[in-house]
Amino acid sequence: MISIIIFAVLLIVGIGAFALNSRKIRSNILMGRDVDRSDQKGKRWKTMALIAFGQKKMFKRPLPAILHFMLYAAFVITQIELIEIIVDGLSGDHRVFRSALGGFYTFMISFIEILSVLAFIATFIFLARRNLLHIPRFRMREMKGWPKLDGNLILIMELILICFIFMMNGADEVLYRRDLSHATALGDESFGFAISQFVGPALFGGLDEAALHTVERIGWWGHIFMVFTFLNYLPFSKHFHILLAFPNTFYSNLEKKGKFTNMESVTKEVKLMMDPDADPYAAPAGDEQPPERFGAKDVQDLTWKNLLDSYTCTECGRCTAACPANQTGKLLSPRKIMMDTRDRLEEKGKGMRKNGKDYDDGKSLLNDYITQEELWACTSCNACVEECPVNIDPLSIIMDMRRYSVMEQSEIPTELAGMISNIENNGAPWQFSQDDRLNWKDEE
Amino acid sequence: MSELMKVPTMAEMTANNEVPEVLFWVGCAGSFDDRAKKITKAIVKILNKCDVKFAVLGAEESCTGDPAKRAGNEFLFQMQAMMNIQVLNGYEVKKIVTGCPHCFNTLKNEYPELGGNYDVVHHTQLIQSLIEDGKLTMEGGDTFKGKKITFHDPCYLGRANDVYEAPRQMLQNLDAELAEMKRCKTKGLCCGAGGAQMFKEAEKGDKEVNVERTEDALEVEPDVVATGCPFCNTMMTDGIKNKEKEDSVQVMDVAELIASAADL
Repeated sequence: MISIIIFAVLLIVGIGAFALNSRKIRSNILMGRDVDRSDQKGKRWKTMALIAFGQKKMFKRPLPAILHFMLYAAFVITQIELIEIIVDGLSGDHRVFRSALGGFYTFMISFIEILSVLAFIATFIFLARRNLLHIPRFRMREMKGWPKLDGNLILIMELILICFIFMMNGADEVLYRRDLSHATALGDESFGFAISQFVGPALFGGLDEAALHTVERIGWWGHIFMVFTFLNYLPFSKHFHILLAFPNTFYSNLEKKGKFTNMESVTKEVKLMMDPDADPYAAPAGDEQPPERFGAKDVQDLTWKNLLDSYTCTECGRCTAACPANQTGKLLSPRKIMMDTRDRLEEKGKGMRKNGKDYDDGKSLLNDYITQEELWACTSCNACVEECPVNIDPLSIIMDMRRYSVMEQSEIPTELAGMISNIENNGAPWQFSQDDRLNWKDEE
Repeated sequence: MSELMKVPTMAEMTANNEVPEVLFWVGCAGSFDDRAKKITKAIVKILNKCDVKFAVLGAEESCTGDPAKRAGNEFLFQMQAMMNIQVLNGYEVKKIVTGCPHCFNTLKNEYPELGGNYDVVHHTQLIQSLIEDGKLTMEGGDTFKGKKITFHDPCYLGRANDVYEAPRQMLQNLDAELAEMKRCKTKGLCCGAGGAQMFKEAEKGDKEVNVERTEDALEVEPDVVATGCPFCNTMMTDGIKNKEKEDSVQVMDVAELIASAADL
């Protein structure tokens, strides 16, 4: 009975804390400006199914894709066992699904075990890739400190989680063979799970009944405890992508990548300027909102999708590896743009929750996190957008910050200021008269 | 020659009560850059050779606003867009072909919301359809037999608008060997000019983007680096010069290659 109560408390605290922290993230994301992504539902579901569920874009690099898929499949399938653990924990039963499902149960747990072994191997390779191999994208400046530790912690937690599964199933297997398991006896010799029927006797065959029950319980409690630890680690980690990848791909930008947004606030002003009948001194109509800032200086000037992107980013660095500016030694790293956005959003959100909605800490995403030098190194080539396995768009953040710099701060590289004034004066980025546009026709 | 270099303006056509099938949007580079003007002429010759009834805006054309927008000046972009849309809608333009992927992208994707709705194609798409319709044959001109050609994907044609095949199909008519760079199509590396970089020095780094891209191209040991963008053309030409390969490797627009193969 006491264990049921402990379990129930663990369950409530585990899920409750996760819900609480997820709500904070949700409110942070909703700090962003509105953007309509409610159209084309069918295409959105399809995108999510292909990109998030099917991991289509991961398979551009087959080796990491296969390893990643092993982990992903194991994670998804293990949820079935987790349901059983929760039912058992709350009812005091043991392997409650087994008598109901029979042979299918054996198949299911075997499947989980095989995937767990594959996931174990994949996790080891990932750890080695991160720490032993010199893969540049894992060793860039934005990956020092917490991001590196974060990546390793997740992998280590996964290894521990898998160990607990085999402690639980392995010890229980030995107990079952000796007719001592709490699982309902179905008259068979063994559970017959694909891996633990061998691993169990090999590792725990020499233990006595009390020790076996202890190992089995450590595995069981350890497993569920790690699950809740992991769940509550997510909101503080890049690993949140395992959940956010789904909404993030659903709300993908479905337009052509070359189409940048036309700022409506600017359209209004330009139409007014070009309308000969407009009265430039007219008072704005009473219900009009104060004009919003042009472009983005801080996180609340970005759209909620940009902010969702930042929480979805798992810092894999494919964007940065593909970035022409980064490859040629410039400061710009699209991954850093996403990480900065998330870090600033966390900071801002915390400050606002503590000090009220209008709190201003005097800092901003642009300049305190992202420098002008990074902004202006972008060629807008869309390689980062193309590469991202979960359809994150670092380019639109860069563009919105350029807009703020130029339209609100008049901060622009000198040569570009020249280009701009040429377009203003003669309709071309160079100093040629518009009247000469057809001269080429008669030149030889 | 002069027959092939007929370039009527919209104003002239309208005055003669004529309506062109398609407006040729030349673009700033195509109008003013000495290298790009040659590409413009190649496109004109192809259009005339295929009896495509086209016109240009001439002095009524102005920058689409692309570099202003990418440089963050949305005001100037929208001013340019609305002025151009007034002109285009005034002439009731339905279809546009551009000589530049940046103009193509802007006219096609960013003008509709501002009131400019046209059927916009890039010159590679139009020329490829002319070849498919049998209106243009590669006979009598320079032969590219035995030559190796590699195509550099302009970002604003490829990733930005998913046009990868039209330029490649065009090149297939040349009887040359097509070699892909290790980074091509969706993975193609930028030439370094996009996002208004064309008009400024690069930020501090350890290499120029165009040199990095030129190295990709030189890896396949091509005779010709083909592009579909006047800015890529400039960047790749500079890259080839940087590598001192200008004697053995040419940088050409696909339109130029087709025009020269068709003896125009």
